[in-house]
Amino acid sequence: MDSAFIIEKSVFIVVIFAVTMIMAMYSTWAERKVAAYLQDRVGPNRAGWGGLLQPLADGMKLFAKEEFEPDTKNKFLFFLGPAIAMSAALMTSAVIPWGDKLEIFGRTIQLQATDTDSALLYIFAVVSIGVYGIMIGGWASNNKFSLMGAVRAASQMVSYEVAMGLSMIALLMMTGTLSLKEISAQQHGLHWNVFYQPLSFLIFLICAFAETNRTPFDLAECESELIGGYHTEYSSMKMGFYLFAEYANMFISSTIIAVLFFGGYNYPGMGWAVEHWGVNIANVIGIAALFAKLCFFIFFFMWIRWTIPRFRYDQLMNLGWKILIPLSIVNIMIVGIVLLRSEIFAFFGFK
Amino acid sequence: MSATIQNISLSGHKKQVSNKEMTFLERMYLMAIFKGLWITIKHFFRKKATIHYPEQVREFSPVYRGQHMLKRDEQGRENCTACGLCALSCPAEAITMKAAERKKGEEHLYREEKYAEIYEINMLRCIFCGLCEEACPKDAIYLTISKELVPASYEREDFIFGKDKLVMPMEMALANTKKLN
Repeated sequence: MDSAFIIEKSVFIVVIFAVTMIMAMYSTWAERKVAAYLQDRVGPNRAGWGGLLQPLADGMKLFAKEEFEPDTKNKFLFFLGPAIAMSAALMTSAVIPWGDKLEIFGRTIQLQATDTDSALLYIFAVVSIGVYGIMIGGWASNNKFSLMGAVRAASQMVSYEVAMGLSMIALLMMTGTLSLKEISAQQHGLHWNVFYQPLSFLIFLICAFAETNRTPFDLAECESELIGGYHTEYSSMKMGFYLFAEYANMFISSTIIAVLFFGGYNYPGMGWAVEHWGVNIANVIGIAALFAKLCFFIFFFMWIRWTIPRFRYDQLMNLGWKILIPLSIVNIMIVGIVLLRSEIFAFFGFK
Repeated sequence: MSATIQNISLSGHKKQVSNKEMTFLERMYLMAIFKGLWITIKHFFRKKATIHYPEQVREFSPVYRGQHMLKRDEQGRENCTACGLCALSCPAEAITMKAAERKKGEEHLYREEKYAEIYEINMLRCIFCGLCEEACPKDAIYLTISKELVPASYEREDFIFGKDKLVMPMEMALANTKKLN
């Protein structure tokens, strides 16, 4: 492991960190803009051109706000909640392949912080840590509404993680690998997984909404019943961290959907572009393609938010346990049958 | 079914509610969600109703009552003769004035022999009812011609508008005269 390798990786990690932060920042702006446009309004348009400086102004405001802490015994846990939520949201980006490779100064740079064999498992592990941020924060707030929000978030995330995992198993049976790099590479051309696994995609999408606590599954923070849910007692930048973590989560979820089901950095004609324009240009377009896909999904998250009202709590649990989990098990069976069709035919004596 | 008082629709919006079981497709809600998404995305591209206020100002209605204006006649002389009827009619007691006699050589400034030396309206008291306008026998005070709103301010004193703010500007009077001829 030479020093150039370490520098390369450090620079790459810093860049990913910065991009995640900027995307989360501008997701807040986009959320307000999209909300406004879907409601025949124009949204923020005073700070900078088209309101583009609005996230900075919001951030400044949050920093300058008074830091209020409830009278709780759990000062450390109160502080730990937003910290866990934020770090869990940022950690997932480590295994995502943002592109194939670049060739700079004669070095081949993999556009991925780390390529582990268990990337998908790692994502599941880290995403489920995220719920601890909400639970601990809600518990330490010493407030009934916060506790209600935390309890809802915990049970919701646990039940939807099962369906999410099962929908992934169907995908894994087809891809045969957990490495996101290989999954991306397998979808070269237009062999996107969404065309082979539409049901997995649908289940995964619904679960992604539940995992990121977005409408119609935002029961953990629903304003109309629980004030702000788990972050009722939070103020200043701790509150900002929770909100930021939600948008960072949304960014990461959109990226994972794009990578798993929509070909990641692949775009039609990538092979041709590598041959004729060189590796670098082809891969820069690839990164742009990935970002276009994930931006669409971020938009889709917002689009859904302003279309569908919130579920009732029992409906949410019904959907998770009684519909999505059986559906994903059926999906696994169908995929298994299709994968082993020749063996099954042979078993019954067909050719 | 005959039209009885139980089933007649007076508003024309009456809808028969049915409790029939939803079919499997309906219970999946997917079609309903796609329909909803289609409706919202249509709104995304629709023309926005917003008026960008300080840059764009919505047009006033012709009878809109805004900031008062003391009129000048077609020769640029002030109409007001300080009779005090406006102050008398004012339900909010917002108007005060002090009369003075016109001196020689001031005929081009004031139309009548008496005029208002001081004319003040307290805009915090004023309710913009327009009764002063109705009471005025000399056609001197109007709420509809300034086409202005009384601006906000931080000091109470700033809301007592004197003649400097109320009297019609000379250029406006001259322009009106030109329009008449």
